Amino acid sequence: MSAVVDEVSRPQKPGFGFFARPATRSLVGGLAAATAWFVAAALTAFWPDKIESDWAYTGSLAAACGALAVALALAAFAGVRFTVFHRLQRLSPWLFVLALFLATWEVVTAKLGLLPLPFFPPPQAIVEVVIDDWGRLAAGIFASARLLATGYFLGAAVGFVTGVAIGWSRLAGYWIHPVLRFIGPLPATAWLPLAFFVFPSSFSASIFLIALATGFPVTVLTWSGVAGVNSAYYDIARTLGATQRFLVLKVAIPAAMPHVFVGLFMGLGNSFAVLVVAEMLGVKAGLGWYLQWAQGWAAYANMYAALLLMAFLCSGLITLLFRLRDRLLSWQKGLVRW
Amino acid sequence: MVAATASDDPVRGSTLTLREVSHRFDLEGQPLPVLDRISLQVGRGEFVALLGPSGCGKSTLLRLVAGLDTPTAGSLLTEGREIQAPDPSRVVVFQDPTLFPWRTVWSNVALGLEARGLLRTHRGRIDDALRLVGLTDFANAYPHQLSGGMAQRAALARALVNDPKLLILDEPLGQLDSLTRITMQGELVSLWQRAGFTALLVTHDVEEALFLAGRVIVLSQRPAHIKAEIVNARPYPRHRGDPHLAELRRQVLAHLGLDATW
Repeated sequence: MSAVVDEVSRPQKPGFGFFARPATRSLVGGLAAATAWFVAAALTAFWPDKIESDWAYTGSLAAACGALAVALALAAFAGVRFTVFHRLQRLSPWLFVLALFLATWEVVTAKLGLLPLPFFPPPQAIVEVVIDDWGRLAAGIFASARLLATGYFLGAAVGFVTGVAIGWSRLAGYWIHPVLRFIGPLPATAWLPLAFFVFPSSFSASIFLIALATGFPVTVLTWSGVAGVNSAYYDIARTLGATQRFLVLKVAIPAAMPHVFVGLFMGLGNSFAVLVVAEMLGVKAGLGWYLQWAQGWAAYANMYAALLLMAFLCSGLITLLFRLRDRLLSWQKGLVRW
Repeated sequence: MVAATASDDPVRGSTLTLREVSHRFDLEGQPLPVLDRISLQVGRGEFVALLGPSGCGKSTLLRLVAGLDTPTAGSLLTEGREIQAPDPSRVVVFQDPTLFPWRTVWSNVALGLEARGLLRTHRGRIDDALRLVGLTDFANAYPHQLSGGMAQRAALARALVNDPKLLILDEPLGQLDSLTRITMQGELVSLWQRAGFTALLVTHDVEEALFLAGRVIVLSQRPAHIKAEIVNARPYPRHRGDPHLAELRRQVLAHLGLDATW
């Protein structure tokens, strides 16, 4: 308690309790992380690579680590003055551990050669791929994103509408429910051989497969959401003069949204899996194809680079969906933070 | 009777007539009679309470009046016309406030106007209704941020914004703590006096019925029929300690077979 009072009454004056202050802790943490990155940079630069190897980007990697170290150190000092940088305090332990990981990786591959090549390339090999082959990687990201977005939105839209229809209309339920029960649980990838010769292009076939993989969970969860709406909501709305249209659009759908989002998350996960399989087996573009292609050439560094980018892509999309949900469902209590 | 209706305002409430209304449910093939030939006449602006043991079919009766269900036999009329479907002139306030959790208090109250496409022209009525129930400061709050009493007041505002001719109250104060309940009973009376609607209240609280209503209809066990009708002509505002109310209370309890406890 007294530390808090001290901090309020004389925020800038160093003295008793100096190390207990958030600004100080931020400074210490930030400098530790900066030091770790500096050590990683020095290791990379001054410890010569194994004799017979010829890694082209060892210097660049060292420079990048050094630059990061300087940036972190500056941010740590700036944190004493500006509270904006205090957020770095939370990140410092992670940045510290990442530097250790990178340094260890560098040592056991490029410096000591303990891990067999070409399966375990050093970090600078991945830097090399990203710099030299960025054109193909960017094209891959673009192709994957386009395919995924098209298939996902199509599947989510059709799934949502179908789910609302089954949940709302007995007739739609009678006809669609059995089909859904029979075909839905089949993994979308099982359709792959059929899809590739039925559809005019492997692109359209993949869109179909991704849409299918997305559509099933979205349909089922939208349906269960609509079917599970508290009937008192309908009674209330009806006594207030609501039409059928109002009941669907303003009562059933908003009430079902938490379920719909669970379906959208499951669908997104499924769509990633189908995307990669479809790209590996049929579509001659995208990160999945790049992975396959790199493996064919035993270019493992390229594979790691593609995997890394794929992880960023998938994680970014999940984050985006979480943001959207947090916005739309801000009325809910106790949302899980991503 | 005159003393029991809202007298200051021009009476805007509607009449309600129940003719030999019977209703039964189908419980796994077994017919379960709930209402047994109930006939009742409610005048414009009257405040009538339906009192009966729990599970006797009071709420079913209200659903029929609201038009949410149709009776197995008999007919219900308002202003001489048969009730066939829900209508915003007859609004229900349920025991559970059931506010839509995804809407703020303001847009919950706006629900009726929005459903009827009147939101743009009658926007001001929402703020009026919120002021009436004292929730102006909570217009932008979500239902999960409200206390039980506030949620029930919001539900009341959601009903009143439609300017109902008949307000159907299904134990609206049943879930509130006793202090909030006493406050809300007083508020309900003054709202009714100001707005002039006809009120039909279902409750199993004898004191509440006598404090609020001009006429108390005592219902029997299921299948419910009307056991007695007690006119309560005490002028408003009433006082809970009124010896006349205590006497009426004894009568009502006698009809419910509970006078031994008095």
